Amino acid sequence: MKGLVVDNLRVEFPGGERSLVPVDGVSFAIGANECVALLGESGCGKSMTALALMRLLPEGARVAAGHARLDGQDLLDLSEQAMRAVRGGRLAMIFQEPMTSLNPVMTVAEQIGEALAMHRRLTGAAARRAAAELLKAVDLPPERLDAYPFQLSGGQRQRVLIAMMLAGEPEVLIADEPTTALDVTVQAQILGLLDQLRRQRGMGLLLITHDLDVARDMADRVAVMYAGEIVESAPRDRLYASPRHPYTRKLFAVLPRLDRRGERLDSLPGRVPPADAVFPGCRFAERCPNVFARCRTEAPAAREVAPGHWLRCHLEPEEGRPAAANPGSGDVVASVLTPAPTPPSVESPVLEVRDLAVHFPIRKGLLRRVAGRIKAVDGVSLSIRSGETLALVGESGCGKTTLARAVLRLIEPTAGESWLDGEALGPLRGEALRRKRAKMQIVFQDPFSSLNPRLRVGEIVEEGMAALLPELDARTRRDRARSLIDQVGLPLDALDRYPHEFSGGQRQRIAIARALAVEPRLLILDEPTSALDVSVQAQILNLLADLQVRHGLAYLFITHNLSVVGYLASQVAVMRAGRIVETGETRTLLTNPREDYTRTLLESAPGRNRTRAGTGVAG
Amino acid sequence: MKPVILWSDALLFLMLAVILLLVWLLRDQESLRAPWRRVMRGRMGAASAVILAVYVGIGLLDSLHYVERLPDAEPGQAAQYSGEVRSALDALLTPLREQVEKTYSAPFATHLYVKEAVTGPDGVDIRDYPRLRHGGAHLVDPVAGFWPDVTWRGLLGLLGGGVAWGLLWLTLGRSPGSASPGRSAMWTTLLAMFCVTGLLVALAPHYHVFGTDKVGQDVLYLSLKSIRTGLMIGTLTTLIMLPFALTLGIAAGYFGGFIDDVIQYLYTTLNSIPGVLLIAAAVLVVQVQIETHPQWFETAAARGDARLLALCAILGLTGWTGLARLLRGEALKLRELEFVQAARAFGVRHARILARHLLPNVMHLVLIALVIDFSGLVLAEAVLSYVGVGVDPGMNSFGNMINGARLELAREPVVWWQLAAAFVFMFALVLSANLFADSVREALDPKAKK
Amino acid sequence: MLDYILRRVLYAFPILLGVNLLTFGLFFMVNTPDDMARIHLGAKHVTQEAIETWKREHGYDKPLFFNAEAQGVAKAADTLFVEKSLKLFLFEFGAADDGRDIAREIQTRMWPSLAIALPTFLVGLLCYVSFALLLAFFRGGALDTGGVVLCVALMSISGLFYVIGGQYLMGKLWNWFPISGYQPGWAAWPFLVMPVIVGLVAGIGDSTRFYRALFLEEIGKDYVRTARAKGLSEPRVLFRHVLGNAMIPILTGVVVVIPRLFLGGLIIESFFGIPGLGSYTIDAIQAQDFAIVRSMVFLGSVLYIIGLVLTDLSYTLVDPRVRLE
Repeated sequence: MKGLVVDNLRVEFPGGERSLVPVDGVSFAIGANECVALLGESGCGKSMTALALMRLLPEGARVAAGHARLDGQDLLDLSEQAMRAVRGGRLAMIFQEPMTSLNPVMTVAEQIGEALAMHRRLTGAAARRAAAELLKAVDLPPERLDAYPFQLSGGQRQRVLIAMMLAGEPEVLIADEPTTALDVTVQAQILGLLDQLRRQRGMGLLLITHDLDVARDMADRVAVMYAGEIVESAPRDRLYASPRHPYTRKLFAVLPRLDRRGERLDSLPGRVPPADAVFPGCRFAERCPNVFARCRTEAPAAREVAPGHWLRCHLEPEEGRPAAANPGSGDVVASVLTPAPTPPSVESPVLEVRDLAVHFPIRKGLLRRVAGRIKAVDGVSLSIRSGETLALVGESGCGKTTLARAVLRLIEPTAGESWLDGEALGPLRGEALRRKRAKMQIVFQDPFSSLNPRLRVGEIVEEGMAALLPELDARTRRDRARSLIDQVGLPLDALDRYPHEFSGGQRQRIAIARALAVEPRLLILDEPTSALDVSVQAQILNLLADLQVRHGLAYLFITHNLSVVGYLASQVAVMRAGRIVETGETRTLLTNPREDYTRTLLESAPGRNRTRAGTGVAG
Repeated sequence: MKPVILWSDALLFLMLAVILLLVWLLRDQESLRAPWRRVMRGRMGAASAVILAVYVGIGLLDSLHYVERLPDAEPGQAAQYSGEVRSALDALLTPLREQVEKTYSAPFATHLYVKEAVTGPDGVDIRDYPRLRHGGAHLVDPVAGFWPDVTWRGLLGLLGGGVAWGLLWLTLGRSPGSASPGRSAMWTTLLAMFCVTGLLVALAPHYHVFGTDKVGQDVLYLSLKSIRTGLMIGTLTTLIMLPFALTLGIAAGYFGGFIDDVIQYLYTTLNSIPGVLLIAAAVLVVQVQIETHPQWFETAAARGDARLLALCAILGLTGWTGLARLLRGEALKLRELEFVQAARAFGVRHARILARHLLPNVMHLVLIALVIDFSGLVLAEAVLSYVGVGVDPGMNSFGNMINGARLELAREPVVWWQLAAAFVFMFALVLSANLFADSVREALDPKAKK
Repeated sequence: MLDYILRRVLYAFPILLGVNLLTFGLFFMVNTPDDMARIHLGAKHVTQEAIETWKREHGYDKPLFFNAEAQGVAKAADTLFVEKSLKLFLFEFGAADDGRDIAREIQTRMWPSLAIALPTFLVGLLCYVSFALLLAFFRGGALDTGGVVLCVALMSISGLFYVIGGQYLMGKLWNWFPISGYQPGWAAWPFLVMPVIVGLVAGIGDSTRFYRALFLEEIGKDYVRTARAKGLSEPRVLFRHVLGNAMIPILTGVVVVIPRLFLGGLIIESFFGIPGLGSYTIDAIQAQDFAIVRSMVFLGSVLYIIGLVLTDLSYTLVDPRVRLE
């Protein structure tokens, strides 16, 4: 057949005692002009699958079994020399990190030119003409030919990468998380471009993504991967209308959205098994809500439960019979959070910020005189009440993180004033400011760099108490740390262990416990879930909601993810280029934006046309 | 006999005590132990560690100094002590130290290198190579008896070394534990070390294994005595350099601004002076001070020791810039990391942030830099001594050995053994230090892992 | 660009002043001119009178920083600091203790130094980078492993042994070249080959290993994967992409030493009897001629600062991201 057929692919890292098997028995097919999405959480083996097809596996890994036929020719049998002609030619691939995937010291023309010389034997003026054509195909002006990567934005670099990979006129293009590192508006443009190119050129497109909405917008077929296997694969509409595998269902159910406000998100306990795990039965058995005896002893084979719908599960032997004890995503309503956030009271705000500005000087010339200013934050005002969440939404570089640090006085604001519980922060210096810090705390984005790897979790949680609450003795501190660790859902022995023993989600729990230890009134959450998988994100969001009710916290929730905003926030402020462009009550703002920029943001969000009925409820 | 503690001895043992104390204090910090276990599990790491340990052992023995009590002239008078400072190693090597020949002799030679007027058996004076006073003196017939004697003694020595190794292995080596490539490499290296030691113990008292030098001293003895100097330069220098590199490097990176400017100015200035010249200038100054103040030093050993310490201090004061720069860069990165930001959000004081968050997270870099610097410093000693700005010319050191020997290459036949001995001892030390540094880097540096 | 160079030159002044203060402190304050005279006059029982005479003859009979006896500006100008230290800024090095003019010596001696240092540097760079590329190309294979082991072994040998071994083998045993000596002009070349070869061999272990590590680090980067995904051959990836990017860190280490090549190599020159600046310096150190040492320190610093500027300028050639302003 035309296109790419992958059959029973297995990738191994041969090791002494136990080999790692990141990909185990993966099969799928991509026809001409077809888009197949490989969907899964981090560590499920989707990138490794792509690299195996390109025969670009990292050192130490090898393809242990399987076939990958492109137009009937098995790529895995080709000599390296023959494979080079295929790579970037009939089969091409673009990568996740546009910022580092281009050679920094070569111009766009040179980099595209290499591919043209290799696959189309074009050099000189002909190559330049062809390169300009390719740039046009990805909507970049020909002047960009002589640009170096550092002169381009992230989105432009991704376009250049796509142009480079189109040079060999590929039959199949693999796109590995092509937009994960990009802002939503740019993401929408790049996805649109990929879709358009696929149609124009009749290419097959293998889209690797963790984002259900991206897969839904783009793919004809979706294959869901878990622990190195494809657990379910079906035509897009069918999969989104009636997912059959418990894992797929869970993935849908854990998504936070505007229409799930006030509900508790369904969550998926545990974590993705490591690549060296040995599975006696079904790989999902440990986390599956519908697990029964057979799942633990016998690995389910992939079966076609309906035309084109393949499933690897012991439930549902045939089409039409509803799953036994199916919780699906229908049970998201199961628990509704305790009383909705306190009604906007007359009570004075916990945090009030007025006209806050942070300017960084640009120095130039012989004497390094200040020649201009970067206005990172340029006159921002906002206020948050107790028990309330204000979401600060904006794209990268808009100044949201700088704003957070200026509020905390980790950097000195250039102008403006802020009040915490009615007390002005600006005039505070030294010891007075230090004491005030107990009332405002922060949880950072990256769970890996936010915990000192050399300290035990207990020491990390107690650090703030030791610094800010000297009146507590060691015993009281220890007791409070134990109670906090319990509140964030970690076992008590966690206190004596080191951060590296915990997963990303668990680390984020530790970071939350650390912040709460000094009993703050305001918690700044700087993209706390954007580095986490969706299933873990749900756990953390649930935890944050619980803690807010319990402690009456005010949250300043910084994010770029609009669906999280809709789910969590009571107020939204949209930020752009250092200023707040629009602010308002969440539902109003999301459904009825006044500003163009807000509208663009909303329209760029993938999966915006989805309705609740269409997504999760199982048949 | 009265113990003498030279300044360098004191510093060396102080350093040893601090290291042992740290090891004891941090013994159950799993995150610190794991990398070291990784070093010792690797073949290279384990083997080179054994060789380094042997060198360090010799150096430590050579650092236990004492002076002999002179035979009392009159009873009741205050005890008089010899002006010659000796070490435990000297005591152990007494036969080697005392068996001095007239001048050069080749390894395992039974006769002197130069002809002298000797009285032949028939009573006539002829010019011939005289028998050595000590080397092979026990042989009745130096020609026919040589090979059987050397073979017999050599075999005995090998056997002795092998048996000693076997006994050690029987007591310690069979303890249950994970069998790793490092473990077997360690025992193999130990076997080799035992055999070499056995050979030397059996042969060295009867022959000059590495020959003798110009004034007839045993070259093996000189080489063993040179080890301490090399180790001292390699370790004390880093000890002196470390506080500067740590405080200045981390402070520059963490505080930034004016402090950073000043520290950067300091190290650019120091860096701008060619290294050897700066060291030479400082050593010259020290040398003049030592020469013009002979009354400061009681013994020749104390003077040599002062010069050694001064050299270490100078190497340390001029050598901190590289590590400081590395640490500055790392501190710049760490400062922006979120756990440091979190600590600042708690109002944790700077001193505490530096001690708890910065320092522990750069220690692996410091350790790597120290082991890498070590071999460089041992090599530098040789060059500096050659240039004339190294250790005291009277002190035993590899540099002085090479320096004394190189002019003799022009002789016919060539006097090669001093160079050979210096080469072998230095090469083994520096090579194992380099291999050890590689293992440490691989185990400690997250970037070095593949 | 011009702005940038001007700023660097201005920045050089405080550094050079610091260098001068440091050497001045060492040579005039820790050690007094009296000490210097005593060393040079040799004998232990020197009269104060002889010391004063020596100081007068060599111009060391002035106060350090402030001349109370002089008038006006001369109060500050007619001092040792100005005479001996600040005049270096005008490249007035003065006379050595043996009376010879240091500036003239430097002018004549820098050419032999350069004649050895430059070929060693250029050929060395070429060889080391090629070896390192070769090892990186066969990374993980037997050639690579063997090469790395050899490098570690070579770098564990003291440079002195390379010189001694080279002289013995090439000079004495095989009789290829004269063991040491020098002749001006074209007649110099037989005297130059051996020092250059020895210099090359001595540096091979360290540098090859260093460059190999640089290449391996680059090979692990994302853009290399992209280049491979384009279907480029491994040599092309290595030469065009990896080498191009590795040039940036290579330049940092390399360009800064170029001006210093004038100073020559201390060890090599003195072993091979080359009348260059390196052996000049060593002789001065051994004769404790501080005037020469001070001049060489200053010259070394100047050349280093020039090297720093050259490094920055060379970045603009290999790294399009760098623009000096």
